[in-house]
Amino acid sequence: MRIKCPYCGERPNEEFTCLGDASLKRPTSNEPDTMDEWFDYVYIRDNLKGRMHEHWHHSGGCRSWLVVDRDTETHEIFGVTTARDYNAKGKV
Amino acid sequence: MRYSIFSLAKNAWSGHKNWKPAWREPEPKSSYDVVIVGGGGHGLSTAYYLAKEHGITNVAVLEKSWLGSGNIGRNTTIIRSNYMLPGNEPFYEKSLQLWEGLEQDFNFNAMISQRGIMNLYHSDAQRDGFARRGNAMRIHGVDAELLDREQVREMVPFLDFDNARFPIQGALIQRRGGTVRHDAVAWGFARGADSRGVDIIQNCEVQGIKIENGKVLGVETSRGSIGCNKLALCAAGNSSEVAAMAGMKLPLESHVLQAFVSEGLKPYIPNVVTFGAGHFYVSQSNKGGLVFGGDLDGYNSYARRGNLPTVEHVIEAGVSMIPGLSRIKVLRSWGGIMDMSMDGTPIIDKTHIPNMYLNCGWCYGGFKATPASGWCYAYTIANDRPHEFNSLMRLDRFRTGYTVDEKGAGAQPNLH
Ligand SMILES: Cc1cc2nc3c(=O)[nH]c(=O)nc-3n(C[C@H](O)[C@H](O)[C@H](O)COP(=O)(O)OP(=O)(O)OC[C@H]3O[C@@H](n4cnc5c(N)ncnc54)[C@H](O)[C@@H]3O)c2cc1C
Ligand SMILES: [Zn+2]
Repeated sequence: MRIKCPYCGERPNEEFTCLGDASLKRPTSNEPDTMDEWFDYVYIRDNLKGRMHEHWHHSGGCRSWLVVDRDTETHEIFGVTTARDYNAKGKV
Repeated sequence: MRYSIFSLAKNAWSGHKNWKPAWREPEPKSSYDVVIVGGGGHGLSTAYYLAKEHGITNVAVLEKSWLGSGNIGRNTTIIRSNYMLPGNEPFYEKSLQLWEGLEQDFNFNAMISQRGIMNLYHSDAQRDGFARRGNAMRIHGVDAELLDREQVREMVPFLDFDNARFPIQGALIQRRGGTVRHDAVAWGFARGADSRGVDIIQNCEVQGIKIENGKVLGVETSRGSIGCNKLALCAAGNSSEVAAMAGMKLPLESHVLQAFVSEGLKPYIPNVVTFGAGHFYVSQSNKGGLVFGGDLDGYNSYARRGNLPTVEHVIEAGVSMIPGLSRIKVLRSWGGIMDMSMDGTPIIDKTHIPNMYLNCGWCYGGFKATPASGWCYAYTIANDRPHEFNSLMRLDRFRTGYTVDEKGAGAQPNLH
């Protein structure tokens, strides 16, 4: 598996650290009635079989946070973008 | 037929040509009292104990592939009960006790070998941590001993005791731990369940769960629809996919774990040795191959094969612990899909659907749990409530805050 960092080019996966599902949204409220949202965010996963968007950190390179569009069944990578661009555009 | 020295002798006379298959290959019936999804170790042992302990024999185990194709046939066969927390230790000790009587109980040779498991420590802090774990085990009535460096050297002299980064100070040993022939566990439970009337149906993939008025009516499969009074999910690495058919989302991620076996050697490694600090563990199979592995690859995967950086990492860690390994050829490597739970502890529980049950979250440690998992799951299904041994392995513990966080690593499945 090789990941094409927008800054560093194609690099081997041991330079990266995977954080997992990028579709999770951290709740912004601390009100008690948002506990369910927090619970979902911290513990519950779609755990997709197939294509998913994931956070990867180029920890052994430029240290940027990236979002990778990857197939969990085949490990094929379809696209990589920075986490900043992903949040702005909502897509990889 | 009972397997024994007499049946062996009798069949030897006829050139071993007349052995009967160990279980039937029945067509699925239109409905069952209990349908179990997943014919791995846990699904099969659940069926076995449902029949044996609770007299519930109108049961089907639905397996999408062949029996033993999942993690039950892919693990590195280590059994132990060296856990610390109250929610875990009684359960794993129950499992080890079931292992100790299992071959007589299900009349099958599973090559259970209590050769001992040794966890190495390399610093004062790690020794204190292991001493604490060992004491917790002993409080639960389980065997544990703390060995010093010389005691470890006597048993496994070929380790690199003066490794610059991880000099070996000693080890925590559980002498009752060991290894088992994993395929034979699947076969033994399958045969034992089948002979009590359970239908084991291979190449039968569950593709949908029929729910009406909040109750499960049955499942849609690649071999037609099958009704049931109770549905028991037991799909290990595919649990999220199966639970989604009932509209559930689980606190799980599926990750790939790799393992390796070397060419056959003369007796070399007498027990199981784990080098946790370097992510490596090893034992020697009865055929002589060294069976070893390390940690998860570290990303979500359903691929049952991993990437090369993990291969390199595991082998580097192995060679740094046992320098002699550098001369040994690796024969094969493979991967399995782990149902990683968010606190490292499994789930054996009821669900919000009154006649549906859940067994998952085994992480990389579910092989040792195979007998107790089936035993507790069968109890939970038969009595509609958890047994004391799985009373803390609840699905709602993440919401209520009662997690069983054995490693204290928090809600990150790839840290456990
Ligand atoms: C490399 C490796 C090393 C390991 N080492 C150890 C070890 O040393 N000690 C230890 O204790 N544990 C170990 N484990 C973990 C252990 O193997 C698992 O936790 C355990 O086997 C999981 O339970 P199971 O046997 O029921 O799983 P599986 O055998 O995976 O059973 C699940 C079954 O469900 C079936 N299934 C899935 N979806 C469907 C569907 N829709 N319809 C029908 N059937 C379906 C699958 O085909 C599969 O056969 C290891 C695992 C791996 C991969
Ligand atoms: Zn980079």
